Amino acid sequence: MPTINFEGKDFFCAEDETVLECMTRHGVMIPSSCQSGACQTCMIRALEGKPTAEAQQGLKDTLKAQNYFLACVCRPDGDMTIGLSTVSPKYRVSLLEKEALNESVIRLRLQEPDGFSYKAGQFINLMRPSDELTRSYSLASMPGDGFLELQVKRVPEGQMSNWLFDDLQIGDEVEFFGPAGDCFYIPGSPEQPLLLVGTGTGLAPLYGILRDVLAEGHTGPIHLFHASLAAAGLYLVDELRSLAAGHEQLHYIPCVLHGDAPEGGRQGNITDLPAEVLGSLSGYRVFLCGDPPIVNALRQKCFLAGASMQAIHADPFVFTPAPDA
Amino acid sequence: MSTVYEQLGGEAAINAAVDIFYRKVLADHYVNRFFEGVDMEKQAAKQKGFLTMVTGGPNNYTGKDMREGHKHLVKMGLNDSHFDHIICHLRSTLAELGVAQDLIDTVISVAESTRDDVLDR
Repeated sequence: MPTINFEGKDFFCAEDETVLECMTRHGVMIPSSCQSGACQTCMIRALEGKPTAEAQQGLKDTLKAQNYFLACVCRPDGDMTIGLSTVSPKYRVSLLEKEALNESVIRLRLQEPDGFSYKAGQFINLMRPSDELTRSYSLASMPGDGFLELQVKRVPEGQMSNWLFDDLQIGDEVEFFGPAGDCFYIPGSPEQPLLLVGTGTGLAPLYGILRDVLAEGHTGPIHLFHASLAAAGLYLVDELRSLAAGHEQLHYIPCVLHGDAPEGGRQGNITDLPAEVLGSLSGYRVFLCGDPPIVNALRQKCFLAGASMQAIHADPFVFTPAPDA
Repeated sequence: MSTVYEQLGGEAAINAAVDIFYRKVLADHYVNRFFEGVDMEKQAAKQKGFLTMVTGGPNNYTGKDMREGHKHLVKMGLNDSHFDHIICHLRSTLAELGVAQDLIDTVISVAESTRDDVLDR
């Protein structure tokens, strides 16, 4: 009889009972609706133990990889610990490098703590040790780099970004929790065409994902669109150009809304450009990162252009508004 | 007798059907305002539940769910003409997937049976 551990308590699962039925019988009310594996309301995560294949049917690959499953159709074949998330240890690391990438974006490289494990494209919650001010930043590095890289845009009146720009010095310490996020590349289908679209520092997770994709030996065409209001907002242009020069399957398209686009780039609205340039997106795997309204609009455009909902991975950034002056 | 759900190929086929169906709905300017601002992934999951139900797959859908879930849209003006459009998209989705006419008719009759619940009357 498998044991289900939830929040430190053990519950015995009867034969042929689903995780949802077991928890309900013990008074643990997991939200649920269809009870047939369709609506995904009861999605929960196996923190230890493996969910059954049936309980992961229809979930995105990125969720499967993190052991998410549907409690209503999971008849466990072994002990499991379930919950929504693991409690991350708090890491304390020092700043190794700080460099301006353009007028408003800096690159920070942090020590990678021992035993820290992440997937390129995930994010961390960075904390200012003096007052625990916390903000989420995507990782632009990939495992094996030997450091954690963040790309930070200065937000007018932004408490964290201004502190990172103006006060944080090399050797100073910051803290963080994480990693989290389900916008990352899972090896497989190496010939599948990929579309990566980022606005502003939405390039950060895509830069990690892109290098991960290349390291995994992806052979299908890879189209990276990086968009900014104007050319001055783009960054890593030379690095991306030389990366594209070394990999014939990689196409880098810098995009601007206003003014002239750099060589090989496009001028226009980023929500329209990918489908305009590529036509049908049927069969594509898509990664979208950056401002939420643009990411949401892109998600719809890419879907309407033929990308399957299951193949669209999105990470809308949330910007914390400045406190009232 | 096996259900349309089983004849289509079960859960994987429904996933494919959701993509086609939802794309048709979003591209239809007569009805897409009812889908503005919704979380696309949650919406796709709901449509999967709906398509599973109308094809006779495993589900616990109730009339009450349909009524509660659409009340705010009825206030926005959702009426029979919009419901007709959705039925039409469902019909053409199934046709695109090569479902036989008599099975399509069976599915449509189940979908039709939700009309009064959806329109809250």
